[in-house]
Parts: sequence; C-alpha cells; structure tokens
Amino acid sequence: MQPLAKLLEAALFAASRPLTLEELASLEPEAGEAAVRAALAALQSAYGDEHGVELVEIAEGWQFLTRREYAETIERAQFALRPRRLSPAALETLAIIAYRQPVGRFEVDEIRGVDSGAVMDKLVERGLIEVVTRGEGLGRPLLYGTTPSFMEILGLKDLEDLPRLEELSVALRRPTPVDEPE
Amino acid sequence: MTSPIIRDQAGFVVELEKFSGPLDLLLHLIREDEVDITDLPIAKIADQFLSVINELGLNQAADYLEMAARLLRIKAQMLLPRHLGDDEWEDPRAELVRRLLEYQQIRELVDWLGHAAELRAERYGRGYEAPSADAPPAPLQIDLNDLLAAAERVIALIPEPMLHRVVPRPLDVEGATARIQALLAERDTFGWSDAIGPQATLVDVLSTFIALLELAKRSALTLSQPEPFGPMVIQRATPREAA
Repeated sequence: MQPLAKLLEAALFAASRPLTLEELASLEPEAGEAAVRAALAALQSAYGDEHGVELVEIAEGWQFLTRREYAETIERAQFALRPRRLSPAALETLAIIAYRQPVGRFEVDEIRGVDSGAVMDKLVERGLIEVVTRGEGLGRPLLYGTTPSFMEILGLKDLEDLPRLEELSVALRRPTPVDEPE
Repeated sequence: MTSPIIRDQAGFVVELEKFSGPLDLLLHLIREDEVDITDLPIAKIADQFLSVINELGLNQAADYLEMAARLLRIKAQMLLPRHLGDDEWEDPRAELVRRLLEYQQIRELVDWLGHAAELRAERYGRGYEAPSADAPPAPLQIDLNDLLAAAERVIALIPEPMLHRVVPRPLDVEGATARIQALLAERDTFGWSDAIGPQATLVDVLSTFIALLELAKRSALTLSQPEPFGPMVIQRATPREAA
C-alpha cells in the first residue's frame, strides 16, 4: 500500500468519528485532495472483503465500521452498545426538519398536528438538530436544521442520500403560496 | 416523548403508544375504511374519530379535541346547500386533505429513516461511546471507624423533633400598600429590598409584590428594571402621570 493510504488508514483508525476529506487532506498538505481521494479508494478496496471492518463513506466523511454480520455477536458479548432507538415521534420530527430545514417549531407542530417542543428539545440535546438561524416572522423564531450527527446515526453519506420526495409513494407538492396570482 | 400524555379522570398519566397524534389516528381510520383520502366521507370519519377518542380516553387531550372540533366544523360546512356548478365553492375538506397527505408522506419518511437507523446501528465505529450517563460515583474508600464516626456526626446534626402548628396566614396586601405609600411619600425612588423591608417572610414578599402591582396599576408608581436580572427600581409617578 502507498504511504499516503497507510497514513489515512492510521488516522481513520485513531478517530472515533467520521473524518472529512478536508481533514484527511490536512494530514499531508502536499498531496492534494485528488491524491487523497485516490488513496481512500485504494484503502476502501483493500478493505473490500478480506477484513472484519470496512471503510464507509458517511456523514460527509469517512469512517471504519464493523461489518454488519458481526453486529449481533459483538452486541451479545457487550463489547459495544447499540445506540438507543429513536421513537416514532422523534423520527417524525427529524423527517420534517430534514426536508424543511431551516424550519421553526411552529411549522413542525403544524405538520405533526401535536406539540413537538419536548421532542425537539430532546433532539437538540442528542445533537441531532440545532438552531441554525432565526426566522423573519413575528418574534424572530428559532429555525432548526439537522447536524452531521443526524447523518451519522442514519448512515447517510450526505443529505442527498435521503429519498427524494418524488420517490415516495405519496407524491406531494410543496404547499402553494396563498396569494398565488390566477 | 413518543406520544401525547393524557390524564384520565383520576389524574392518572397514561402514555399512549398507539398513535403519535390526531393525524395519525385519522390516517389509521382512513386506511381501515379503505376510503379515498381525497374524497373523504367526512361525516363517517368524524363520527368514528369521536367514538375512538372517547373509547381511548383521548377526549381530554387538546390536540385530539382540536381535531374533533375541526372535523365537526367541516362536516357542518359540507351540509350547507350549494348550487350546482358553483365555481366559488371551495371544498371545506381541502385543507385537511392537504395536511393528511403531507402527514402520510412524513410517515413514509419515518419508515425510511427508522430502517436506515436500524442498518446503521448494526455497524460499530471505533470507540463508540454510549450516550454518557451521569458520571458513576467514585468507589468509596472507607473503613468501619470512619463510617461509625460519620454516622455519629450525622446523628448529632438531627435536631430535636419540632412540631409546627400550621396557621393560615392570609396575605397582608393592605399593610404592604400602606408601607409602600409611606415610602413613596418619603422618597422618589427606592429599590425592591427597601419595599420588602428587612427579614421579610415569604408572605411579606408576596404581599409586597401584589401591592406593588396594584399601585402600579393605579399609576401611583412605576416599576422598571434597567438591566436584565438587575434590581427592580420603584419610582413615584409624577402627579401629571398619575392624572
């Protein structure tokens, strides 16, 4: 393996979170992003299926993750803990925020038909959503968006990985503005 | 955090797992009846909705009640006579249908996200840290003598049992008003601590507070707080302002 690939391997092994391309490139500034990209590809194929871990593109970065087939055994031995499952209410809220971000609490309540304050506070606490800006309307409401942790717990490469709304079986156009001219 | 918390008559808190909200319940009814969501038989659905929330004891949860009221209003609007070919007529169900479709889409995304999270949870990263519980207490290192000495210290701290007689102490707003008026006669401005006086009891504080609000309402004084969390400034209103 190339020295650069080895260096990346070491860094990715040491990190306990996904490392972005920029972070990886900063290890060897002379190499350039293209070389890093090539080294990552080489590394990924080196870990193709000869190993118990694989190099995965996740949350706009790269991370070594164990292969799925060992999950149960590792969990049974209690060497690692499965993250807590998200409740349906939390997932509903996340879905709305992921697609409508930046979005305020009012709109989330409106779409879910129930008060979502407590759920959103929990999601902020878990680092899955965060306040990204303030709205223009009355009281300049806080507007929320998803965080990299959101992509991480769902195993998304980036937000483009989310299904497109047109792909869902219930196609829905965005709400049309009220004052649309005839 | 999963679902609304509903209190039944006994004040008992029930967490309802089955539906995550009124829209969820409506979708459930629609699916069960296999009716067309865009052409809702509103009278039927409204009746079913009402009977289900009664049955589940949800009729005290505001979100469900609001939806019940909405359904009944739409039902009533549907009954209003309308002329055939009336272009002006707007289907009263339109807004509800739009929200239901939107919510249905969210439910579909929930399935997708839940599945993605499940798959992700089957792969471990390095140094995965379980969401931190509060730091575990350090192991105690103590021998028997220390323990006995500590127990004695604790026991020594327990005062003689004291019995309190609980007497109702009504708020003395008149007294507090008189005191504040006396202060106002003396000084232009004074602070909250002057108003409550030394060694104020809880009752004094409450009485004074109510008296201040009352006097402010009568424009006998103005209350201001120059900076957040700063001390409150009580100022005598000038006669013109009072007029």
